Amino acid sequence: MTFFTRAVRSQAGASAAAALLAIVAVTFVVMAAGYDVSRAAAALWDGSFGSAYSFFSGTLQRATPLIIVGLAVAVAFKAGVLNIGAEGQLLSGAAATITAGLAMSGWPAWLSIPLELLAGMVAGAVWAGIAAVLKRRFGVLEVISTLMLNFVALFGVSYLVHGPLQEPTHTYPETLRLAASARLPLVVPGQQLHLGFVLAIALGVAAHWYIRSTAGGFRLRVAGEGPLAAASAGRVKVDQVLFGAFLASGAIAGLGGAVQVTGVTYKLYELISPGYGYTAIAVALLARLSPFGVIIAGVFFGGLEAGGAGMQRDAGVPAGFVYVIEALVILGVLAVDRARTLAAERAPRVMGETEV
Amino acid sequence: MSGGATAAFLESGMRFATPLAYAALGELVVERAGVINIGLEGAIIGGAFGALVFAGAGSVALGFVGAAAAGTLVATLFAFFVVTLRTDQIITGTALSMLGLGLTGTLYRTIYGSSGASLHTPTISPVAVPVLSAIPIVGPALFDQSVVTYALYAIVPLLACWFYRSSAGLALRAVGEHPEAALGAGISPARVQWAAILFGGAMGGIAGGTLVLAQVGTFAEGMSAGRGFIAIAIVVLGRWSPLGVAVAAVVFGAASALQTLAQATGWSMPYQLPLAFPYLLTLVLLATARARTAAPSALGKRLP
Repeated sequence: MTFFTRAVRSQAGASAAAALLAIVAVTFVVMAAGYDVSRAAAALWDGSFGSAYSFFSGTLQRATPLIIVGLAVAVAFKAGVLNIGAEGQLLSGAAATITAGLAMSGWPAWLSIPLELLAGMVAGAVWAGIAAVLKRRFGVLEVISTLMLNFVALFGVSYLVHGPLQEPTHTYPETLRLAASARLPLVVPGQQLHLGFVLAIALGVAAHWYIRSTAGGFRLRVAGEGPLAAASAGRVKVDQVLFGAFLASGAIAGLGGAVQVTGVTYKLYELISPGYGYTAIAVALLARLSPFGVIIAGVFFGGLEAGGAGMQRDAGVPAGFVYVIEALVILGVLAVDRARTLAAERAPRVMGETEV
Repeated sequence: MSGGATAAFLESGMRFATPLAYAALGELVVERAGVINIGLEGAIIGGAFGALVFAGAGSVALGFVGAAAAGTLVATLFAFFVVTLRTDQIITGTALSMLGLGLTGTLYRTIYGSSGASLHTPTISPVAVPVLSAIPIVGPALFDQSVVTYALYAIVPLLACWFYRSSAGLALRAVGEHPEAALGAGISPARVQWAAILFGGAMGGIAGGTLVLAQVGTFAEGMSAGRGFIAIAIVVLGRWSPLGVAVAAVVFGAASALQTLAQATGWSMPYQLPLAFPYLLTLVLLATARARTAAPSALGKRLP
């Protein structure tokens, strides 16, 4: 057994190997495109982890929606629900949050903020609920239905900010801004990091505990391992578990939208999400669907996006390049996973090997 | 709505439908082989970029070759992961959409500089068919289009014939319905899926090429604008048949045209409604039993 195959046998090792593969590929692309690699790398570092400002106001702020929505994707995928509609669920959550927040203008913060977040979660769950009902009642593939609903949500937001929710002067396609009492408080003095980050971490810990230590979490894992596992584990009503996981995933994605509105943008506009719902798939996958892993992967991707902005500013590398990095990370994970499976098939079973 | 306005609406609807039809017909073949390619978006934007590079270096015809080649290149990567490595189709597709969008954006800025907006490619103009294009209302829509649209009039029936009347078409559908049985009948599911995916990539590339070479005349970052995902909706709406897919592409094209019409005539209806309508229609249709039974049984599943 080579060092490489031994290293990728552990979950964390596999993720690290995938990230390493991606970094090598990225370096090649940057070089082939004719950019100065050391300068680009320095800019990437400065923009992401190099200073307190870039870390708190850049990396962690960008990581917040990625962690929350990444958890949403992880919960669904863990149960075997391929919810690729987190983007739409996030958008409907954002729309509900701004509607609630503007309606509660003047209310005390302790009342309006929880209600805003609740509105976002309910809207996200309802949006996912459409696809969940279609799956349960009619057997519609959730991959297709959630994709359709992403577009409907996008047009819905566009309608709202051009129509009923547009600011009173009707100049810009956006809503009014939330009152100060309806915004999430900042948590680090002098930085733009808001309470949403703390919520994201708490949610990750809660999800870890739920999946590992509760009966509900056990049923979730069993359902995700397929009908055979569910049958052998006893009376697990797979349909019901999948339905619940779908709604929970939507609610969490909706919370992601709520947190972005109340913590960062303070208003709603068409491009409020630069594809968080899709990047979150990469985050969840790199994390092997583990909640703690999602936190780490979310910070990694948040750093990439913050650093990507820095690369464009300082080294002239186009910002779209971040998508290339993200895509290569996903492909790296897939390739390493395949190598793992092959190695496991060839080599005799090793004691204490972790489950896949 | 006057006759002239109706004719103009239908004409632009057909124009919007053309790239969608190419992408969706390609995706149809892929899905009939049991594979769902969410990475089609990457092939379309790749094709658009390939069209820009090759048409800039030569002619419109060369541009289309470049577009198909670029789309095939993206599809090769997808096929390698999904068929050869047997990775998850949805996750791989998502990655390739991202890769296509990110890489074309980066290359565009690298090769042409950040102020590449003034870059123009040669384009093909509509060719009016004598007599037929003078038919009132539908004449301009059907017979005053570019050659790319006319080619579809041949591709759709040919594809239908190939699907239902040739042994290769039968093999394709067998792999999508029951790969184990196909294997038993001496068909290699992996080889069939590879071929289907490469064809789908070339068609996606041509769709992107059409955007550049028959419509916009230049490249813009992210100009595929979700057409890869729309094409997947079209395949569902068209119930996985070539003729159905062609009709569904026209429905989606008309919805886009309705938006421009609504804005031009100061219609009071929100313009997002016609845009959202085809997606809602697809969802409703999916809930009916007929649509579900039309879906290939092994769609989205890994080969054994």
